[in-house]
Amino acid sequence: MLFGFEWDLSSPLAFALSILPMLGTGMLVTIQAAVLGFALALVLGLVWAVLKSAPLRVIAWPAAVVTEFLRDTPLLVQLFFLYYVLPEYGIVLPAFMTGALALGLQYSAYTAEVYRAGLQAVPRGQHEAALALNLPPTRKFTHIVIPQAVPRIVPAMGNYLVSIMKDVPVLSVVTVLEMLNVARIIGDRTFDYLIPLSMVGAIYLIMTLVASAGVRALDTYLPKEGIPLK
Amino acid sequence: MWPHRRTARQPIFAADPVEVHWTEYLPPLLEGAWVTIRLTVFSTLLGAILAFAAGVGRLSRNGALRAVSVAYIELFRGTSLLVQLFWLYFALPLAGQAVGLDLRIPPVIAGILALSLNIGAYGAEVVRGAIQSVHTGQHEAALALNFTPRQTLARVTIPQAIPEMMPSFGNLAVQNLKDTALVSLISLGDMTFRAEQIRNFTQDSVTVYSMLLAMYFGMALVLTAMMRGIEHSVGRWRPVRS
Repeated sequence: MLFGFEWDLSSPLAFALSILPMLGTGMLVTIQAAVLGFALALVLGLVWAVLKSAPLRVIAWPAAVVTEFLRDTPLLVQLFFLYYVLPEYGIVLPAFMTGALALGLQYSAYTAEVYRAGLQAVPRGQHEAALALNLPPTRKFTHIVIPQAVPRIVPAMGNYLVSIMKDVPVLSVVTVLEMLNVARIIGDRTFDYLIPLSMVGAIYLIMTLVASAGVRALDTYLPKEGIPLK
Repeated sequence: MWPHRRTARQPIFAADPVEVHWTEYLPPLLEGAWVTIRLTVFSTLLGAILAFAAGVGRLSRNGALRAVSVAYIELFRGTSLLVQLFWLYFALPLAGQAVGLDLRIPPVIAGILALSLNIGAYGAEVVRGAIQSVHTGQHEAALALNFTPRQTLARVTIPQAIPEMMPSFGNLAVQNLKDTALVSLISLGDMTFRAEQIRNFTQDSVTVYSMLLAMYFGMALVLTAMMRGIEHSVGRWRPVRS
């Protein structure tokens, strides 16, 4: 029994159907962790992007090193580091929160790059035109640059949300009960790993195919010439 | 079987932490580093072969070959690497049992297979994109010179596509290096696994994990530099633009 659901070992099909609600419970945790980690990555990535583009070298350079470090070290090791080292400094977070933080940190290095590329993709002529029209820098950004950068940034971010979802199983090592961990526990108790693990694979495939279709739809739906902020 | 499942942040055998100087962590960590390096090299090479096979297969005129390639790419890009690793290690033997085959594989093979199948699927999309980016005039020229389709692919298309692939391949190689950390979860003695053992023994998480992070970072920098070197040397295959 797990989460109050019983498994039925009478036949493979009955077993598969009976563990579906348990995996569903795990799937909810997976989605929550992915969304929370993604939200963190969006905010932190913007911070990195701003720091990296700072005119002062003393700010830009350390930010570049930090993002390179976050990008080049494994999520699993970052997660272990946060999980075992933060408590030594008196910061005791629940496993789920530590996991979401690790996901957010790792992906913030990638999202920072997306922000930077998105802003750079706005043609120079647009900046020059804004200057010629004597727009103040803040209005240039809010009314000219950001509206044109958004359609380029959003689909790339969507792809990273899908990637984060695929990285959530790593959190199982710090006791987060996401979908893969649930399947493992079912396997440990029933001695049948084949059906639970295959089902997790199938559910992942469905989730990522749906999410990728969503990202593609978003890509075609967003107007390439920009979105007015009104 | 599941080395990291714990209710509290303490080892299962909560003995008194042992005082060890940090330099004594180095021999086991370096031993693990050698495993990580070999895993990265083998799975990246195997992954590159799979990437070319599936990437070219996806553009084949043969429908069956195309279907197999698409199925492989979608399956391994659409699921999580850890799920693939556990499936190969825990579920595949049971699947073999059901059909009367002995499919138990040692952790090393399961690790290399999962890593290379995963990175190969991502690489296949890179290969496909690069092949499609080769100018159509090159194909027409090859046709005019009476090249067979096989010659066109091997002599004209792929040599010009490789420089286009290299930046993405560099990213994938680093991705693969990072992903090797996951094999510690099927009890393979890589760098992360060794670090876990040291931490269990000494409870000195700050030093151990800082060293581990630094070592991965160093390896990634070296790997990036090596991939840049390859990128530079295949750059001469780029067509000369008039």
